[in-house]
Amino acid sequence: MTWLAQWLKHSLQEVQDYFLLLGKVGRGLVTRPFYARDVMEQFDAIGAGSLTVVLLTGTFTGMVLALNSGITLDKFGARSMVGQLVSASMVKELGPVLTALIVCGRVGSSIAAELGSMTVTDQISALRALGTDPVRKLVIPRVVAGTLMVPVLTVIADGVGLVGAWLIAVTQLKVPAAPFWNSVVNGLYIEDVWMGLIKPFFLGFVLVSIGCYVGLQTRGGTQGVGRSTTNAVVAGSVVILAVDFLLTKFLFMVMY
Amino acid sequence: MAAVIEFDRVTLAFDDQVVLRDVSFTLEEAHTKIVIGASGSGKSTILRLILGLLKPDSGAITINGERVDRLTEEELMRIRGGLGMVFQEGALFDSLTVRENVGYRLFEETSMPIPEVDARVQEVLGFVELAEFTDRMPSELSGGQRRRVAIARALTSKPRLLLYDEPTTGLDPITALTVDHEIIKLRDIEGVSAMLVTHQLRDAFYIATHEAVGQGSRLEFPVAAPAKADMTEFIMLKDGAVAFEGHADDLRHSDDPYLKAFLS
Repeated sequence: MTWLAQWLKHSLQEVQDYFLLLGKVGRGLVTRPFYARDVMEQFDAIGAGSLTVVLLTGTFTGMVLALNSGITLDKFGARSMVGQLVSASMVKELGPVLTALIVCGRVGSSIAAELGSMTVTDQISALRALGTDPVRKLVIPRVVAGTLMVPVLTVIADGVGLVGAWLIAVTQLKVPAAPFWNSVVNGLYIEDVWMGLIKPFFLGFVLVSIGCYVGLQTRGGTQGVGRSTTNAVVAGSVVILAVDFLLTKFLFMVMY
Repeated sequence: MAAVIEFDRVTLAFDDQVVLRDVSFTLEEAHTKIVIGASGSGKSTILRLILGLLKPDSGAITINGERVDRLTEEELMRIRGGLGMVFQEGALFDSLTVRENVGYRLFEETSMPIPEVDARVQEVLGFVELAEFTDRMPSELSGGQRRRVAIARALTSKPRLLLYDEPTTGLDPITALTVDHEIIKLRDIEGVSAMLVTHQLRDAFYIATHEAVGQGSRLEFPVAAPAKADMTEFIMLKDGAVAFEGHADDLRHSDDPYLKAFLS
């Protein structure tokens, strides 16, 4: 019981500290100084840096979706509707979630490792001693870039996913291009597109802010940095899936 | 003499562990206090309290007449502008060059024109005799060079109070001596007040008992005259409390068994 109470207390403390960090981020966004150059650097690191892995993930996801859906639809003689199934799955769900998970693995871990190393080598304290607020200098640029770049990467993943699906539809399933693209458009409602666009903003915010929080909480030297890197990816991935579920539920309630 | 730092019955604990217990002392302008003590005795914590990186549980900390223990993080930024801190191992930003590290505060936190910042960077790097290292990365520097760059970074904004956290730990005796000389130069030539935390007794006594005489490259470091030696005091911490406060001679000749054991 004592162990459970301690674990609960520790978890609540972590959640409280995370929300305190978010509060500082919110305050830092509307007050000066704002490190615009660092934001641009993070756009490049998070956005351009994740492009290759997102392109590959999106393409292969679209391809495998088309392949699996094609085989299932065959049983109902509805192979030509493969585009409809792929587009709805990709735009509404798989595009945002897979992109967020991939970016979490790549960016969340690197942010936690970078900030964690800075914490254990006193560089964060040195920043504060030199009159710089680490939240403004390090956290806000990453959070802004993550929140804005994950939606862009998601749209790209959706696009290449559909192209991948089209390639499989044409070459493996023998579905002609025109019916495939017609089916893609028919399968999508405007609400689906909105859902696919709104979710990545939240997922990007969550994955980067968790990476920053875990990095800044790092203790215990290089081993601690390793632990933080793992924790950022594990916690980030779980929270991404949980937030995705809650957002989907909420958006279904308000939009459909 | 005006008090630069005043600690009044400062106490700090992390959970059940008391790190500092009713610590009181005063650092006067242009003086140096050397804090010694066993590992974990709370030495570095004193510097973090001065910078406002930690808040005391009770007691008052005054820097240049202003209570810093009551200030918010935003208000502390202004106070930190008048302080320079040399962290253990240097804590240089490893993704920035020596020039960017040394000029960090001026580049990022002021609107000073770049040529002026570069001139100041060259000036402080010249002071620590590393003027030709501007474009190196911290990973390309030796341990002693990193400490001297950290001293240069702390000097860039011309602080009147410098805080040193174990500036010579992990350095060989020859390299440590070059860092000792930088600290003595700043005290005697620039008149900077300082708090120095160390468990390197050889370096602590060297700094306390020597002075810088001369100018430019003709500096010498003879044994300090009594008036100069009086400007450097020791504080010995034991289990978070002040066990001794006084000059180098008093410390050497103390009859306290703990101090004797520590110094031996």
